[in-house]
Amino acid sequence: MEIVYVYLKKRSEFGKQCNFSDRPADLNIDILPNPELAAQFVERNPVDTGTQCSVSMSEHEANTERFEMESRGVNHVEGGWPKDVNPLELEQTIRFRKKVEKDENYINAIMQLGLIMEHCIKQNNAIDIYQEYFDDEEEVEVTEEASSAKTINVFRDPQEIRRTATHLSWHPDGNRKLAVAYSCLDFQRAPVGMSHESYIWDLENPNRPEMALKPSSPLVTLEYNPKDSHVILGGCYNGQIACWDTRKGSLVAELSTIEFSHRDPVYGSIWLQSKTGTECFSASTDGQVMWWDIRKISEPTEVVILDITKKEQLESALGAISLEFEPTLRNPFYPKNFLTVGDWTARIWSEDSRESSIMWTKYHMAYLTDGAWSPVRPAVFFTTKMDGTLDIWDFVFKQSDPALSLKVCDEALFCLRVQDNGCLIACGSQNGTTTLLEVSSGLSTLQRNERNIASSMFERETRREKILEARQKEMRLKEKGKAEGKDDDQRDEELATNLEEMVAQAEKEFFDIVFTELKKKEVEAMAKKTKPKKASLEMDEEVEGDYTGEEEEVSDEKSV
Amino acid sequence: MTEVEETLKRIQSHKGVIGTMVVNAEGIPIRTTLDNSTTVQYAGLLHQLTIKAKSTIRDIDPQNDLTFLRIRSKKHEIMVAPDKEYLLIVIQNPCE
Repeated sequence: MEIVYVYLKKRSEFGKQCNFSDRPADLNIDILPNPELAAQFVERNPVDTGTQCSVSMSEHEANTERFEMESRGVNHVEGGWPKDVNPLELEQTIRFRKKVEKDENYINAIMQLGLIMEHCIKQNNAIDIYQEYFDDEEEVEVTEEASSAKTINVFRDPQEIRRTATHLSWHPDGNRKLAVAYSCLDFQRAPVGMSHESYIWDLENPNRPEMALKPSSPLVTLEYNPKDSHVILGGCYNGQIACWDTRKGSLVAELSTIEFSHRDPVYGSIWLQSKTGTECFSASTDGQVMWWDIRKISEPTEVVILDITKKEQLESALGAISLEFEPTLRNPFYPKNFLTVGDWTARIWSEDSRESSIMWTKYHMAYLTDGAWSPVRPAVFFTTKMDGTLDIWDFVFKQSDPALSLKVCDEALFCLRVQDNGCLIACGSQNGTTTLLEVSSGLSTLQRNERNIASSMFERETRREKILEARQKEMRLKEKGKAEGKDDDQRDEELATNLEEMVAQAEKEFFDIVFTELKKKEVEAMAKKTKPKKASLEMDEEVEGDYTGEEEEVSDEKSV
Repeated sequence: MTEVEETLKRIQSHKGVIGTMVVNAEGIPIRTTLDNSTTVQYAGLLHQLTIKAKSTIRDIDPQNDLTFLRIRSKKHEIMVAPDKEYLLIVIQNPCE
């Protein structure tokens, strides 16, 4: 159907004000019903529709605004005095009291009460009603409650533009305060107008931070001085080191000069346990570790350039991201073993075995960002992941999985700190929210025999690694020897027989593992019919990668 | 009147007793052996607590009544003997 309606307006009239006038309705188009179209429809009989006889209601949810509370004290004044007596005037009060004492009721009452009271006082003096009678008996082991952790408090970044909470530090005395460093870690993507401030929170008051620290560039890391709880050290995004005294205020007390500072953000800083209590280290991704004295913070006392092969703490960075000197990542009970967190696993290393870690977790789905030992239990450590979960590992209880895995928030968790008593954990997330969790007592009190069990585990794993290392060295030596002495047949033979045995054994073990993995994968990939063969091929390579110890031997054999 | 004095003196002289005070129904301390600010504090707080305790007992069983209130803390024990109009409060350090 062609319908055309033309609107006309003169060019000279464009922009002219509208003069509306009334006119009767004008029929422009009349489209009559077309009965032929009815043939395209089928009548439905009976029609099925649901009805309800009850009252129709709708459900709504409303989230109330956060209720802000503040604690205040109230000052009481003496009250209860009758109107004619002024409590401040001594004469009047004495007069009032004397009057009361003459009252007969008073005398009787006191006599009565005095009697009862004396009875109880004498009772108290006679026996101790709280005496512990069964002290000598051993404590019966209480049935263990399931380990749990619950969120106590959440501290939100009061700034509008969200920043990541990159580092946390507990106050050294009493642990009532928490210092959190906020910065945006995306390279050069920090939004304009983002505040540089970092905050100190008091645990009792989650609505407002107790104090703000104002550096010139956002802080990436933050540490309380363990000797002097008023001094805080901070590492900035632009590589400088800054120092605050919380008594003096929010502005920086000392700042290092730009020329002598790091070239990259300072990712790790830590105080030294020195006599003066004023020395600290800082590390950054530019590969340097600097040693500072805060009394003279304009330039570092010493600079150390880091190589990748030495002292790598996180395997994912070229420079140092976390500093480990004296117990931070080291197990506080066994200083020879330390925990590293990097790529997608957490590994425990022992100083004795340098080639590989003695224990490690399986590869996770999400990237691990931070880890910490529990200061109370030697076999417990915590890790945080990019998907917002906090894992608590207890390898006396279970080695393959975390003992407890908690989803703390939806964004990635960046940092984690355990309080000294082992009960409270604070973790900081990508949008600046710091969550405070309390761990159940089962995970934060030392179990009987735990030290022995943990130490025996560590030793066992260390020994295993040592044996593997020794084996590898042997193989390599033999390889070398064989390559050099080609005309030494006897050695060849010996090697051959030895090698064959080893090959056979290694192959057997290798294929065992492959088959178990294969079975698992087949069960999983039942739906994908074309994939099983492909999966097994892929998996061969994958398992080879996983199987660190024996794999080297096998490849040696294959090259022979 | 002297009997009252004697009674109170005797109570005060018992082993471990730190302080004694008599408070009336409005919470005004009539007689005390401690300093004024402490007395006022104890009087105000214990008065309210005694009323609450009494009403608790009466709520559970209207025939019942509060005869004595003992609060044991880490440092000492506070004993309150209530009456219709007055309260006798004694703070004692139980010897163990």
